[in-house]
Amino acid sequence: MKKSNEPLWWAFFGAGGALSALCLPALLFLLALAMPLGWIETPSFEAASGLVHHPLARLFLFALISLSLLHWGHRFRFTLYDGLQLKHLESLIVVFCYGGAIVGSIFAGFVLWQL
Amino acid sequence: MTQQTIALEVFRYRPEEEHEPTFQTYEVPLKKEWVVLDALNYIKDEIDGTLTFRWSCRMGVCGSCGMMINGTPVLTCAAFLETYQPGPVRIEPLANFPVVRDLVILMSDFMEKLGRVKPWIITEKEKPVAEGEYLQTPTQLADFKQYSMCINCMLCYSACPVSGLEPDFIGPAAIALAQRYNLDSRDEGSAQRMEILSQDDGIWQCTLVGECSAVCPKGVDPAGAIQRYKVASTNDWWRSKLMPWGK
Amino acid sequence: MSHPTRYRKYHPKLYRTRMPIFWWVRKWTHIHFITRELTSVFVAFYAIELLFLLRTLTRGQEAYDAFLAWLQTPLALALNTIAFLMIAFHSITWFNLAPKALVIRVGELRIPPVAIAGMNYAGWAVFSAALAWLILSA
Repeated sequence: MKKSNEPLWWAFFGAGGALSALCLPALLFLLALAMPLGWIETPSFEAASGLVHHPLARLFLFALISLSLLHWGHRFRFTLYDGLQLKHLESLIVVFCYGGAIVGSIFAGFVLWQL
Repeated sequence: MTQQTIALEVFRYRPEEEHEPTFQTYEVPLKKEWVVLDALNYIKDEIDGTLTFRWSCRMGVCGSCGMMINGTPVLTCAAFLETYQPGPVRIEPLANFPVVRDLVILMSDFMEKLGRVKPWIITEKEKPVAEGEYLQTPTQLADFKQYSMCINCMLCYSACPVSGLEPDFIGPAAIALAQRYNLDSRDEGSAQRMEILSQDDGIWQCTLVGECSAVCPKGVDPAGAIQRYKVASTNDWWRSKLMPWGK
Repeated sequence: MSHPTRYRKYHPKLYRTRMPIFWWVRKWTHIHFITRELTSVFVAFYAIELLFLLRTLTRGQEAYDAFLAWLQTPLALALNTIAFLMIAFHSITWFNLAPKALVIRVGELRIPPVAIAGMNYAGWAVFSAALAWLILSA
């Protein structure tokens, strides 16, 4: 038997788990709850564009979005294996989880490039 | 005053008589100083000599009397009857193992897995006796001591859902035992053990449910051992991919 | 020694059970586990929502306003509230388990697990404050 390639995905899972745990609660609370509910002022279109225009901001957002998706891909794969006992569909699940995360990351790169 | 009693619902499986297990209820005296194992021995001696179960030391050292009590794996020698009042107390063989008879499970698979991780000190070259002993500082001892407390009672395999779902998973105690030797300053075998544990049926099926550490009667933390192993294995994998020339 | 020893072969008729599909609803610790695992769905949900919010910035004022209006609908608010609770649960469980994987040493001394979790929580506070400062000052 040879060594597993699981470390590739586990590294992304870990990095995405840490980054999403650090950043997403604050982002979600401010942008998706406090702002629509009027607790804080909504930035204008220009201000928002300016905020994300810096290359470092875009790089950070790319890392955050793609790693969050890869985190999901890995964790959800095992949720399907263990939670629903679907391991006999392994190849399908792998394509769906990691494929989905990779497609999402490419889309994120495409959007952030245009900003 | 009449002696208070408590009901024990005991899992019975007699393969020569029946295909399906049944539960048999026994009323036993509820004595303050009795553990569940005492109650089982009372049944065996006084009520029903056909009840089969394993036990030996009665003091939490041998690791042979592990059973499911009300769905949780515990050492029956450390589980006081009183704490299960008013009963009934449901007693089953350890989960995730094939049952041979009544409360006795088959442990061959577990024994094979334990041996696979090479649980002994591996040195590249043995030091001649004349050169004296291998010295170890208290800090070096503290690194692995908790893992050496394992008594192979298999409660962690019983508590681990992944062990139940994936029979090939090498499992908590075996990985903790590997870590016991890896972290020993006298050992040089961690690369050999990594070969075994980095395979698909090694550490990678674990999803950190964490129940193995919660049920351990000796305070070993297999869940922690497995996570540290995942980090080490990941470093090892990336290093071999990014720097294939380095060893 | 003319007769080789003959033992009767041991043929146990083993009783085996299969885990039920919904094994994780039977115990409190397992419910906790499956909830923790399912937080990943909400992490992905918010990553995608954030991506779509960013995309409106490439499509002009109208798209931006429309997205902000959608965020105010009861459906979006309900979804985002659930997502917030789940992602907060993800953060808490993640930081609490971090010491299991992370063993840091300073010289001879091993940093206690509580301190490692503490550093994670401190990092959470710093990241949250920095992001809040960036958004509120925009």
